Amino acid sequence: MTLNTLINRLLLSFVAFGFSLGLFASEEGHGEKKEKEEFNLTEYALHHVKDSYGYHLLGDGEDAVTLPLPVILWTDNGLVVFSSSEFHHDHHGHHVVEKNGMKFVNYHEKVYQLKDGESHLKTKMNKESGQMEVSNAVRPLDFSITKNVFTLFVLAILILLIFTSVAKSYKKNPNAPKGLAGWMEPLIVFVRDDIAIPNIGHKYAKFMPYLLTVFFFIWIGNILGLLPFISNPNLTGSFTVALTLALFTLIILLINANKGYWSHIFMPPGMPKILWLILVPIEFAGVFIKAGALTIRLFANITAGHIIVISLVGIIFIKGNIAWAGLSVPMTLFISVLELLVAALQAYIFTMLSALFIGQAVEDAHH
Amino acid sequence: MDLVLPSVGLMFWTTLVFAILLFLLAKYAWKPILGAVKAREEKINNALEAAEKAQKEMQELQSKNEDLLKEARAERDTMMKEAKETSIRLVEEAKAKSKEEAGKIIEDARKSIEMEKTAAIAELKAQVASISLEIAERILEGELASDSKQKALADKLAEDINLN
Repeated sequence: MTLNTLINRLLLSFVAFGFSLGLFASEEGHGEKKEKEEFNLTEYALHHVKDSYGYHLLGDGEDAVTLPLPVILWTDNGLVVFSSSEFHHDHHGHHVVEKNGMKFVNYHEKVYQLKDGESHLKTKMNKESGQMEVSNAVRPLDFSITKNVFTLFVLAILILLIFTSVAKSYKKNPNAPKGLAGWMEPLIVFVRDDIAIPNIGHKYAKFMPYLLTVFFFIWIGNILGLLPFISNPNLTGSFTVALTLALFTLIILLINANKGYWSHIFMPPGMPKILWLILVPIEFAGVFIKAGALTIRLFANITAGHIIVISLVGIIFIKGNIAWAGLSVPMTLFISVLELLVAALQAYIFTMLSALFIGQAVEDAHH
Repeated sequence: MDLVLPSVGLMFWTTLVFAILLFLLAKYAWKPILGAVKAREEKINNALEAAEKAQKEMQELQSKNEDLLKEARAERDTMMKEAKETSIRLVEEAKAKSKEEAGKIIEDARKSIEMEKTAAIAELKAQVASISLEIAERILEGELASDSKQKALADKLAEDINLN
């Protein structure tokens, strides 16, 4: 833990360093236009937890150091692929990229295709919602390798490397596990003995691959999100990723649900039939609400962690005084250590609830 | 708001990557790992069971040994006792026998002595008789050597008879 703490402390100081570079850059870049640009923490934090086309590492504006990633779009005229660096770090819709006679802009990390004949993006205020809306462009189907997709690949490769090497080590050494296997085996056995078996019962073996995969996917994904050097990718805190994982649980549940489960939903036992009118829709909706709860729990917990860390570091920049680091750094450190716990906890909760829901669906009838 | 709007592209990639990851891990990681863990657990359980069994057997063997020892001791005791009894009996018997034998020998001796005695007495008697006859012969020869002597004897005999 002490080593972790030390590393964390170092990494956090780098985050702070990155912020300061960013601030200088933005002040220099836009200083001529405005007298003084206020540091907008809300925008920065939200920008950070959202997906983006490039893998931003350091700096801001034109000077930013960003790993360019492929933008892959499916338009009415077919597939379009180009590097995210062609936007030149612009995500305000100013820089127009022309491909195959189509014009694309990056507006708030979303690629828009300008309608024919338009030369630049136009936005207008929607009076009802009070938000800016794009008026002269449409969104093509977007399969870009974004920051989150890139992180997803890294995560998948990392997990594959870890666990195939663990699996190999068992072939060489069938006795007490050593090295990496010694670290991973307690977790694997934990998922089996404390998550799968108590919640699913004797049919647990069928669901072990899914539960183990989802557990390590979320846990290691959460930890990747805590590493500042690689720009804290908020993969598991992404609503889409959380939703996709929850849909996996839901689909596995629906495929394996037995008659008893459905009869409990559509014919709640021990209830007067008149109540079925109310209960059946509630029970049926409950199946999907469970998946929704899984999504929101994971997304909200992880995203909140990211926003708290950024907000605490942001204190320094809102106040514009390095002395605030005396307060901000210890608090950030505390939250980061807490986030290490949350990383494991959310992986556990997601897996445990998945196992619980699946367990209810495959439970043997006992009435 | 678009923080909570799902993005189609990311969902597509996540589904694809997660499904592939699930497939690969299930085949190349979870199956061998869980198999190895289970095999080892079974091995450990078996070893523990075997050890327990061996211990039980050992205990049984030990108690059996003790029983055997006890039995052997008891047997030894009874054997010793019997042997003692036998020896005592044998001695007694021998004593009685020897006594009897001795008595018999003495009896025999006595009988033979008696017989010898009787035979000796009989012989003595016979000898005495023959000697007496010789003496009597010689006396008679002497007595009857002359007529006077014959007459005196006749007289004497006659006197004896008279007296009778």
